[in-house]
Amino acid sequence: MARPAIPIQLRNEPENNLPPDQSAAVADVLHRLKGVPGALLPILHGVQEALGYVPPDAVHLIALALNISRAEVHGVISFYHHFRSKPVARHVLYLCRAEACQSMGAVALEAHAKKILGIDFHESTADGAITLEPVYCLGNCACSPAVMLDQELHGRMTVEKFDSLIQATRQTA
Amino acid sequence: MSNTSTHIRVYVPRDASALSLGAEQTANAIAAEAIRLGADIQIVRNGARGLFWLEPMVEVETPEGRVAYGPVQASDIANLFAADFLHGGKHDLRLGLTEEIPYLKRQQRLTFARVGITDPVSVEDYVAHGGFRGLAAALKTSSADIVKQVTDSGLRGRGGAAFPAGIKWKTVFSAPAEQKYIVCNADEGDSGTYADRMIMEGDPLVLIEGMIIAGIAVGATQGYIYLRSEYPHAFRALNEAILAAKNAGYLGTGICGSEHDFELEVRLGAGAYICGEETSLLESLEGIRGQVRFKPPLPALKGLFGKPTVVNNVITLASVPIILDRGADFYRDFGMGRSRGTLPFQLAGNLKHAGLVECAFGLTLREILYDFGGGSATGKPIRAVQVGGPLGAYMPESQFDTPLDYEALAAVGAMLGHGGIVAFDDSVDMAQQARYAMEFCAIESCGKCTPCRIGSIRGVEVIDRIIAAQEHAKNVALLRDLCDTLLAGSLCALGGMVPFPVTSALNHFAEDFEPRALRAAS
Ligand SMILES: Cc1cc2nc3c(=O)[nH]c(=O)nc-3n(C[C@H](O)[C@H](O)[C@H](O)COP(=O)(O)O)c2cc1C
Ligand code: SF4
Ligand code: FES
Repeated sequence: MARPAIPIQLRNEPENNLPPDQSAAVADVLHRLKGVPGALLPILHGVQEALGYVPPDAVHLIALALNISRAEVHGVISFYHHFRSKPVARHVLYLCRAEACQSMGAVALEAHAKKILGIDFHESTADGAITLEPVYCLGNCACSPAVMLDQELHGRMTVEKFDSLIQATRQTA
Repeated sequence: MSNTSTHIRVYVPRDASALSLGAEQTANAIAAEAIRLGADIQIVRNGARGLFWLEPMVEVETPEGRVAYGPVQASDIANLFAADFLHGGKHDLRLGLTEEIPYLKRQQRLTFARVGITDPVSVEDYVAHGGFRGLAAALKTSSADIVKQVTDSGLRGRGGAAFPAGIKWKTVFSAPAEQKYIVCNADEGDSGTYADRMIMEGDPLVLIEGMIIAGIAVGATQGYIYLRSEYPHAFRALNEAILAAKNAGYLGTGICGSEHDFELEVRLGAGAYICGEETSLLESLEGIRGQVRFKPPLPALKGLFGKPTVVNNVITLASVPIILDRGADFYRDFGMGRSRGTLPFQLAGNLKHAGLVECAFGLTLREILYDFGGGSATGKPIRAVQVGGPLGAYMPESQFDTPLDYEALAAVGAMLGHGGIVAFDDSVDMAQQARYAMEFCAIESCGKCTPCRIGSIRGVEVIDRIIAAQEHAKNVALLRDLCDTLLAGSLCALGGMVPFPVTSALNHFAEDFEPRALRAAS
């Protein structure tokens, strides 16, 4: 007598919930980099560079491509300060908190920055212009205090210079 | 302006610090004004000379030598042209012949010989200034002899631990394996340091040459530069230089027509201080969380992807070409005691003349702070100096006569590390500095050891209680006890050395920890 077939339970792969443009960007990065030795960091950099952050929904695509668990990918994203899981504002402002900058007034500059931007570290301004991040040395310690706006370095910051930098940044797309 | 076929060369740095003070705008203004006046110039984007209070520093090539002007803002350009600066004309910003500026003239630049002088990404310029001579010598020598020369030079790792480079190379050389790696530690996480950055932006080819020589010496055909993500300018310069070196036959298969192959790639870190620790760096290069590995096995035997690996700092590797070119004796003749050669000291923070000073080991801290540094930028007395990054001790004025070499600093409970020197004036609150050291450790701990992961958070809390004048004696004792636990119970130097800034602050600046009321009354 033939026994009734037992339906095989397939592992439930989460569906791809990324919007099509993000999905395409992630696919492109994976296609380019999944074969390089130690591919995960280059891939996360690639995704963050394309999208500004690493969307949680991209995690399983990356895990699938590298044949590792989602927990591993998530673990790496959360270990490194540079990787973010939330979208950012149009510009990211990195403010140096380290010793050389402290010796030239970084603590006061930090307080001023948080006050005029109305946000704390890892937050974005309401107008979507600026995300504020702490950084521990920018290698600009001979020109302290230092900040980096996106990839542009600024030295010997004063409150006045800071304010005009913010004003100029808010006006750019 | 005359219509000669040889254009006047004008140098404007592409160094990130110079850019942070407006060098890009200065370069653009010079280009625009030259077009307007029909002046025939060629702008070269060099590295920085390391005299940062004079940046953006513009240099002009004249028959007498290069003449420097600085600091030059875009708004000064019309004026400089009017003063005929293209021919070294007089101007308030004129600094004279660059080579004669005392700050530079008093230095012994070996590793930094070309920084600020050449176009960093031009192989032609590099070769014209003595580049690739170390490699040429290495190609004529046996691997064992290259290792011997590096050993004989006395070169010790410049990343902090000061381990003899030759001994590390010999271990990798002697390890049989079909694949070995050269890894350059370009994580430069220590605050107050920027020498690696200046090499990578100002003379990346010397690092590339050093890595090729290391590859030939130990039999490695693949190199990685692990670069911190906070250095986008260095990333660009390195990649341009690697491409140029490849096109000129210095990288790839059969370098310079020899039987040696060497490939080189830059990999970006992701904002984790601990990834400067070599085993954590290797984990990160392998694409996983940068947690510190237990040693043994040594990375020299089981390093990247389990293969024998040389991990060296940027400055260590960039010092190799001159050793091969000029000989081990030449290099070893600089320095004192067991600290041979030169060290690029990085003067940072509250100093009038902050900048890069490459000199033989043995200068005193006071000479660095006052003869070179010119005292504090704010004009107030220098009260504390942190040497060697965030895990380095805070040194009080009574220790300023310590000579800067590895052993002499260790003898006073301090460390030289990567050579960063951060000065604070008398407005500094040392209890806050101690608190920050613990906070930094808490933020950057890789999480493997409990004393480091949890103890650092407790450390912040204890210092907060001391600052709030709660049970002073009891909490100070608790803090010292915690420091002992960190010292003894940490796998790596992050947890193991964070007690240095904390206890040095406590020992030398006890008054800052005393209850506020008492302090105000005294
Ligand atoms: C917490 C920690 C951070 C470190 N950061 C760096 C760094 O940023 N750059 C570096 O070259 N070495 C750093 N090191 C030292 C490395 O572990 C290692 O000793 C060095 O890369 C070896 O190269 P060297 O012998 O040429 O100095 C760090 C060590 C520790 C414990
Ligand atoms: S001391 Fe801290 S950083 Fe070092 S291995 Fe232990 S937990 Fe990680
Ligand atoms: S300490 Fe701020 S740039 Fe180095």
